[in-house]
Amino acid sequence: MSERISLGRAENRIAVAKTYKLYIGGAFPRSESGRSYPVNDAKGAFLANAAQGSRKDARDAVAAARKAFGGWSGATAYNRGQVLYRVAEVLEGRREQFIAEVGAAEGVAVKKAQSLVDAAIDRWVWYAGWTDKIATVLGASNPVAGPYFSFSVPEPTGVVAVLAPQQSSLLGLVSVVAPVIASGNTAVVVASQDRPLPAITLSEVLATSDLPGGVVNILTGRTAEIAPWLASHGDVNALDPTGAPEAVRADLERSAAGTVKRVLRARTSEDFTREPDLARLRAFLESKTVWHPVGV
Amino acid sequence: MWEYAPAPESRDIANLKPDYRMFVDGQFVEGGGEPLKTINPGTEEVLAEVSTAAPADVDKAVKAARRAYDRVWGRMPGSERAKYIFRIARLVQERSRELAVLESLDNGKPIKESRDVDVPTAAAHFFYHAGWADKLGHAGYGPDPKPLGVAGQVIPWNFPLLMAAWKIAPALACGNTVVLKPAETTPLSALVLAEIIQQADLPPGVVNILPGAGDVGAAVVSHPDVDKVAFTGSTDVGKVIQRQLAGTGKKLTLELGGKAANIVFDDAPLDQAVEGIVNGIFFNQGHVCCAGSRLLVQESVAEELLEKLRVRVSTLRVGDPLDKNTDIGAINSREQLTRIEELTASGEAEGAQRWTSSCPLPDKGFYFAPTVFSNVSQAMRIAREEIFGPVLSVLTFRTPDEAVAKANNTPYGLSAGIWTEKGSRILWAAQKMRAGVVWANTFNRFDPTAPFGGYQESGFGREGGRTGLEAYLDV
Amino acid sequence: MAATSTAPSLPPALADAVRDDASLRRFLHGLPGVDQVGVEQRAAGLGTRSIKKAAKLWAIDTAISMVDLTTLEGADTHGKVRSLAAKARRPDPERPDVPKVAAVCVYPDMVATAVGELRGTGINVASVATAFPSGRSSLPVKLADTAFAVEAGASEIDMVIDRGAFLSGRYGQVFDEIVQVKHACGDAHLKVILETGELATYDNVRRASWLALLAGGDFIKTSTGKVTPAATLPVTHVMLQAVRDWHTQTGDLRGVKPAGGIRSTKDAIRYLVAVHEVAGPEWLTPDLFRFGASTLLNDLLMQRRTQLEGHYSGPDYVTVD
Repeated sequence: MSERISLGRAENRIAVAKTYKLYIGGAFPRSESGRSYPVNDAKGAFLANAAQGSRKDARDAVAAARKAFGGWSGATAYNRGQVLYRVAEVLEGRREQFIAEVGAAEGVAVKKAQSLVDAAIDRWVWYAGWTDKIATVLGASNPVAGPYFSFSVPEPTGVVAVLAPQQSSLLGLVSVVAPVIASGNTAVVVASQDRPLPAITLSEVLATSDLPGGVVNILTGRTAEIAPWLASHGDVNALDPTGAPEAVRADLERSAAGTVKRVLRARTSEDFTREPDLARLRAFLESKTVWHPVGV
Repeated sequence: MWEYAPAPESRDIANLKPDYRMFVDGQFVEGGGEPLKTINPGTEEVLAEVSTAAPADVDKAVKAARRAYDRVWGRMPGSERAKYIFRIARLVQERSRELAVLESLDNGKPIKESRDVDVPTAAAHFFYHAGWADKLGHAGYGPDPKPLGVAGQVIPWNFPLLMAAWKIAPALACGNTVVLKPAETTPLSALVLAEIIQQADLPPGVVNILPGAGDVGAAVVSHPDVDKVAFTGSTDVGKVIQRQLAGTGKKLTLELGGKAANIVFDDAPLDQAVEGIVNGIFFNQGHVCCAGSRLLVQESVAEELLEKLRVRVSTLRVGDPLDKNTDIGAINSREQLTRIEELTASGEAEGAQRWTSSCPLPDKGFYFAPTVFSNVSQAMRIAREEIFGPVLSVLTFRTPDEAVAKANNTPYGLSAGIWTEKGSRILWAAQKMRAGVVWANTFNRFDPTAPFGGYQESGFGREGGRTGLEAYLDV
Repeated sequence: MAATSTAPSLPPALADAVRDDASLRRFLHGLPGVDQVGVEQRAAGLGTRSIKKAAKLWAIDTAISMVDLTTLEGADTHGKVRSLAAKARRPDPERPDVPKVAAVCVYPDMVATAVGELRGTGINVASVATAFPSGRSSLPVKLADTAFAVEAGASEIDMVIDRGAFLSGRYGQVFDEIVQVKHACGDAHLKVILETGELATYDNVRRASWLALLAGGDFIKTSTGKVTPAATLPVTHVMLQAVRDWHTQTGDLRGVKPAGGIRSTKDAIRYLVAVHEVAGPEWLTPDLFRFGASTLLNDLLMQRRTQLEGHYSGPDYVTVD
């Protein structure tokens, strides 16, 4: 390959910088508040400005997630699996970009960044395979004592507010979002406050992966500012407080009690590089039991 | 009158080659057996020459599979196996049109079925099982269930690609390697699947495909280094295999014949029941082991239903399998056509009343017009034997108990249909039915998540779903 | 039921069905159910028929001849109706061999204009009536509405049923209204709009179809076009099956008119395939099948040109009226 067409950046060329915005309802708006905040790399150098989402952005994101819920939860499990697998495919295609972004955000060496990105891609594949197996693993035929046929099926709970992990900017994010949507929920995600850029780039992947708009909505900004509005929101069904600042976690859980939200039980520390168990899939599922008489 | 103009799929899309070779250890190689000529049953033209396996080739293939199992596939992490199988699923989707046309050419089934059922369902099977490869610990067979080793698989001619997918996908997902023999009359789509497996870059020897006749199948299933045998085909051959494997400790699953009852109660949604009956027996020319070949209809609606049925069957278009408007294609072989003719003749001789659609049939090729026998009794051959063709036998009943008794009065037990708008009766009848699959107010539905397989002489073991994994795990 | 004296003559089994309110309810609820999944699968399956070449051209011309070219807007003017009538007479001015449409369908106060424009052309003038589209008025007003349209020269009346009465199970009331409107129609043909989008289930569509046929409707029509969903293929399947069954029982041929939402030639051909294979070939005539549509006609004309000229046409080559 000649120098001329090499993929490396030409020295005399000014790169086009990207504007990082929110991801709501399949579109990329700026914050309605007009605010932004500087995002630095692990060494403190300026990377970009990110939109600083407000309570009204959170409200819009919840509305978008609710609107998308009917279609997404009503899609066949097979279809959801195809879409999640497509996310993995598109992510794989932008592997280099994510390695650079994760490296910058988390301050890890290229090799480590590679393995984090690869694990994030494989995580989508893992959950893509779950969509059409959740019911067979978690559902049941109930041998009730009487002339009835009874069965129990898992169903998605609805709109889930997800506070993404603060440290693991991509793998952690994928590990908390994919299980929510695999089972048919829709999500409003607050990205890592200080490492939000991979999340916004991920939303570009989601937007081009056959995932219907509104299934995943991603907000950047101050977690402690946005989270209370989500935890108390009447149209949010569940809360994953993983990325909540320790100081406000209990408050958020109390707030969630106002509408009896399902709250993912806190774990002391979660190693996202390990193969996940089913806890995050189960957390946002209802179980519906159906009875029907048996007779001529 | 409105005559639909011919709307044929182009045969060129199939990318037919003059000759096809067997697939062993990652390579397409010449087999030592007598080459066979595969024909288009819709025109009786030769499509291609296909090399077949000699006994030494079977041995070579099993050795390759063993090597691949020991060195690569059996020890590969499930998450890596999964990605290979996902690749196969995607490649099948990408080459779906080519596969559909090829399948219709080689098998005779209408293009709308190969296009809308066979190929997409085959892709779905790979997709579904790919997901299991790294989740076997959640399947209910213990925390870390192990594969069996080398699977010897023999499949029939009625759904050549789909049956290959049903066999290969779960075997690979569970960590086994495969030696598969496609049917003598329909080897082509399995060999294109081999090409796909090559494109997916699967390690050599993980999948081996050996075309040939029954002798090759017999050599595969009786090979001493095969750990698991899966067979789909006739009950007679299934019994032979079961005898052969007796005492060897090899794991065996059989998916054999059927003579399914489709029971229509008087409160059924009649128009949809008619559709279901038509789909039940005329789908794939009736070459379906779970076909609803015995219609049991409640006497109070029998006349009305039969009238509607004849009107509907008269609209079925029989002809060129590649025409997008063809509902019923060609019978797969002259041999099968002869068998259908012989059994329908017996129906007439035994006193059943024959009605055959007056639809025009092509001059060349193997075709049989859709036929409905009424006044059939349980004693007649057409009520007991699997016809495997577009021939429906109609019996009547008066009470639910009588319907169930008649439905179960067969050594087979693969599938059954129930038509009623009363939910509790559906569940009651389903509970009474001695059959592995019961369809209510629908028929001939297949999905990789739903286990399929039979009771009694329809075989044992299930394919699909969590249950289907058992056949390929050492549990 | 008050109006049984004026009800159409029916074969004994069916005459029994309309003897009184209770019999009518028993009859309608005794019809076989319609399985949603089954009928939708059948409709989707038939929708994959591939109609090409001469068969397609025939279908396009047949579809054009079945169009009830419709304008039903509050903003309608006599000028608008006149230009629609011109379109109906010569759908494609450059191609006089294009068949004319079946009818022009307007509100009652526009009937006289349409009749004047279409006299001698063989194109029918249809008028909606009976407090279209909601049907929410008194029976005398509905009858007066009908009479007004008939007197102005409408040869076809598209009435709406009282969906409120139907959904609350007052079948006799719906039946009586249809019978009386039919009476008010005189020689004009009566199309009975079921507004299937408001009936919610296929079982209801089948019952309403039979109710309209029993009461003497010449056509059963899916929709007003003012409610979503309007016509759909599976609903039309159920209605085609009803006229087919009606024919089997009485020997009498009644028509079906899907209306609203059919915009493309592809859609129209799917409907014709359903007519052909569900009801039967004898229904492939404007006497027994119509499309209620406004934008469909131009797409049919464009596709017709594409078929004849061998390249794709564009919207600027057909007239916008």
